[in-house]
Amino acid sequence: MIRKINRKDDYIIIIGCGRLGSHLANLLSASKKSIVIIDKNEESFKRLNPNFSGFTIEADAIEEEVLEEAKIDQADVVVSVTNDDNTNIMIAQIAKKIYNIPKVIARLVEPNKQKIYDKLGIVTICPTILSAEEISKTII
Amino acid sequence: MNIIIIGGREKTNFLVKSFISKGYNVTVINEDYELCKKLSRKYKANFIYGDGTKPYVLEDAGIAYSNILIALIPKDQDNLVVCQLAKKVYGVDKTFATVNDPKNVELFKKFGIDTVISTTSIISSLIEQRIFIDDISNLVPIEEGKVALMELEIHPDYPIAGKKLKDINLPDQSIIGCIIRKDDAVIPKGDSEMLVGDKLIVFSLPDVQSEVLKIITGKIE
Repeated sequence: MIRKINRKDDYIIIIGCGRLGSHLANLLSASKKSIVIIDKNEESFKRLNPNFSGFTIEADAIEEEVLEEAKIDQADVVVSVTNDDNTNIMIAQIAKKIYNIPKVIARLVEPNKQKIYDKLGIVTICPTILSAEEISKTII
Repeated sequence: MNIIIIGGREKTNFLVKSFISKGYNVTVINEDYELCKKLSRKYKANFIYGDGTKPYVLEDAGIAYSNILIALIPKDQDNLVVCQLAKKVYGVDKTFATVNDPKNVELFKKFGIDTVISTTSIISSLIEQRIFIDDISNLVPIEEGKVALMELEIHPDYPIAGKKLKDINLPDQSIIGCIIRKDDAVIPKGDSEMLVGDKLIVFSLPDVQSEVLKIITGKIE
């Protein structure tokens, strides 16, 4: 069972255990956060550190039962970092509008789709833009 | 009227044909190159080969001047995103989406899509009803199956044959709306009699549908 301690952003659900999701989970787990990470593919969980202390769920997170199983109603933060933008958009909306999660962050693969997140009021992180900015910084 | 159809194969083919015959301007966006090529030879419509969930593809399709968008992509989340882009970013008047997971119908409506159709639930309920009850000659789900309209012909062995409407104890959530007797249509009153050979047009909510059938046909599934 996940125990809720009165601290900010304590229970975090991460969707997608790719390179980004697994790295994020490892970092957050190291700073003593409660984490549930969901991925369609069991193999993906091999990317997690051996001392990762959170829970893993092998399932498709766009299904409602899966999010309920992860106890989304108790989550403080939901981070959707799959490699499919449309999946991220849908999960982020479910988290924000249906479950009223205070902090919802979605990964943006295609910078073009920023407009829709803006309309929906979802915070996005676009690794493509971030990398481009970093690379151009080292050049200029 | 400008209509955009995204994804789909046979459904797209059929819809394009029907919309063109009604005089609408149709634009098809599809990720299947061969399909685009094939349909473009057949119909006078615009065909765009690409991923319709990408904003620049939608812009190419002239989404800003479109009135209706229909999303028939197999993945539910893709349909959601296309319809939301259309509605919230480009101001399209009406958006339609098909979904596989029937649970997404309510969800997508909450997210602002006008019409959401679950092909899975409509087809499976139609098949189920046809298999179990062959007395129904016609069955139309209304408002994505919130109400069902059935057409039943009265056979001599039905318990209601010869009875008056007021003596038939139908559940509250159902009504016999019309009797088709030979070529005439009669709106039944309390003392209207149900004759063998009459066709009844029955409206009912899905939860009481089997009960209604039981009362009319006397059969238990």
